[in-house]
Amino acid sequence: MTTDPVTLKHPIAKFIREDRQPWIYCPGCSIGIVTGMLARAIENIGIDFNKVVVVSGIGCTGRTSGYFKTGSYHTTHGRAIAFAEGVKIANPELEVIVVSGDGDLAAIGGNHLIHACRRNIDITVIAINNWTYGMTGGQFGPTTEHERYSQTSPRPIGNLEHPFNLVKLAASSGATFVARWTAVQARRATSSIEKGIKKEGFSFIEIIGACPTAYGRMNRLGDGLEMHQHLLEVADIQNGLPPHEAEVEYDTKIICGEFVDIIKPEYTAVMRAAHAKFREGSK
Amino acid sequence: MPERVMFTMGDIACAEGALSAGCRYFGGYPITPATEIAEWMSIRMPELGGAYAQFEDEIASITSVIGASWTGAKAMTATSGPGVSLMLESVGLAVITETPLVIVNIMRGGPSTGQPTRGQQGDIMQAKWGSHGDYQIIALTPASVQEMFDQTVQAFNLAEKFRTPVFILADETVGHMRERLVIPDEKDLKLETRKLATGPPEDYLPFKADDDLVPPMALFGSKYQFYATGLTHDERGYPSDKENVQIELVTRLNDKIIKNADKIIDLERFMLDDAEIAVIAYGTPSRSARKAIKDAREEGIKAGMLRFKTVWPFPEEAVAQLATEVKHIIVAEQNLGQVYYMVRPAACTTQVHLMTKPAGMPQLPHEILAKLREVNSL
Repeated sequence: MTTDPVTLKHPIAKFIREDRQPWIYCPGCSIGIVTGMLARAIENIGIDFNKVVVVSGIGCTGRTSGYFKTGSYHTTHGRAIAFAEGVKIANPELEVIVVSGDGDLAAIGGNHLIHACRRNIDITVIAINNWTYGMTGGQFGPTTEHERYSQTSPRPIGNLEHPFNLVKLAASSGATFVARWTAVQARRATSSIEKGIKKEGFSFIEIIGACPTAYGRMNRLGDGLEMHQHLLEVADIQNGLPPHEAEVEYDTKIICGEFVDIIKPEYTAVMRAAHAKFREGSK
Repeated sequence: MPERVMFTMGDIACAEGALSAGCRYFGGYPITPATEIAEWMSIRMPELGGAYAQFEDEIASITSVIGASWTGAKAMTATSGPGVSLMLESVGLAVITETPLVIVNIMRGGPSTGQPTRGQQGDIMQAKWGSHGDYQIIALTPASVQEMFDQTVQAFNLAEKFRTPVFILADETVGHMRERLVIPDEKDLKLETRKLATGPPEDYLPFKADDDLVPPMALFGSKYQFYATGLTHDERGYPSDKENVQIELVTRLNDKIIKNADKIIDLERFMLDDAEIAVIAYGTPSRSARKAIKDAREEGIKAGMLRFKTVWPFPEEAVAQLATEVKHIIVAEQNLGQVYYMVRPAACTTQVHLMTKPAGMPQLPHEILAKLREVNSL
């Protein structure tokens, strides 16, 4: 007697375009972990996946949207949030999620980020901060720490600039939900992504990750495994800490947690209320 | 809504044309001399259940318009040359992801900040060649308040039909002039909407074109899943660095405009039947030319005009035909020569004279008449 082999399907594989495997990510990269977090968050919430739109900009993290088996869009560099705002305003029924990198969201797209926070449109932004421009080979970017080495801040001088703290930036710009985790805190980070998606307002979740191929190599931070072990060691969970105290210091301390969860009138809700007023008025 | 008559400016006629065409998303940023379009949209959109969204810059404005279009909304932005300069990267994105949308450029004096309150026609080449890579664009050049309405409707129809960004290139004078506008009864308007995906979702290929070279579009929130990217992509929408994929995609994107040019190009022949001198003009200078030609006819000068209501795709064949009919062509444009450089090769051996005016006031009728006399005496 023969029995058919049983193929077990991963519960979140249904959200992923398997025909696009393998991933383009390097061994030891955090982006795959974060992609998994988002898929799991969608599974846990149980929303209609057809109503989910995943948008990315350019770069390594910019490739994330292409792996999600729903309506997904890969914009030009820095424009993911602007695109997502147009989608959400034109059809507020959609659940719009942006996954992009630190360079895309905070440098070339930095203006869109702060204004979307201020505008408070109900989209969820997952910012994978790996401290560098990975796709182009590892140049310093808006989150690269002072004096770190990169392809464009070489030894012996290092980075002349100082980094943005993305949590402080998003919080002070008006985001209604702000959290930070590292890529190794998968369960907590997934929970924050779920909260971000459910939140009626602009949500910003920073996930600090590792780019062993570029940033790690140039700063002698070890391989992917070592970098992720390090993230676990320096992660300091302080939920509810005022966001302006949520410091990041790669070597010693990365303060993680949920820092902002406030209620503010949401843009598309206000717009729909205005439409209803006009309909009432015309009766 | 039944027929309405307004006495209004070109910018407002343009906004009303968009609304009549079914535009329900406007993303923009204030800029002279296009601001009245945004202002009018901010008043009218809430009444119609649409969105007026104002952004931090023109880059976000047009990118949001692309996003809105993928939900199925007819969407537009309106700006002037400096704003278009910022939008050009996204024009390429809209071209390669085949996104229907309308960009209105109320052209002012340039380069740079130039003369914000003065009209010019300096952005003709920008519309065609501004974004990087090989692509075709559709651009309409209205010359009156009524045409600002009619051609904005037409712009949406072309955008929807060919899944592509469409420019309205109106000089500031057309944008700000006030004339009678008749807004037709909505049931008399012929409106196009994009082809949507049909069939089983598992068989859907998002960028596989039909015989008309245009692929049916899937929308966000539908049962069809798709990946649209600014990267060169195959019929599945998946990125590819293969040579044949690049050649096939870029060729099709160009061909869908070029091979349908006869359905897009819109020209007016004015007093050309026995003409020996033809003026080629568009926008405000064409209004001066019309008067100048009538005056010239009274003097016995056989003049006529080929008026471009569309500049892109360029009407090469019509210009070549015109060149066989007349002895001289005068290109009168409110710049230092842009359409002129397209007319010249198409006109072959027929003499082409350029009448420039890179300033706020267009060529006046008596100036064009003087040019007609001069050319007539050659």
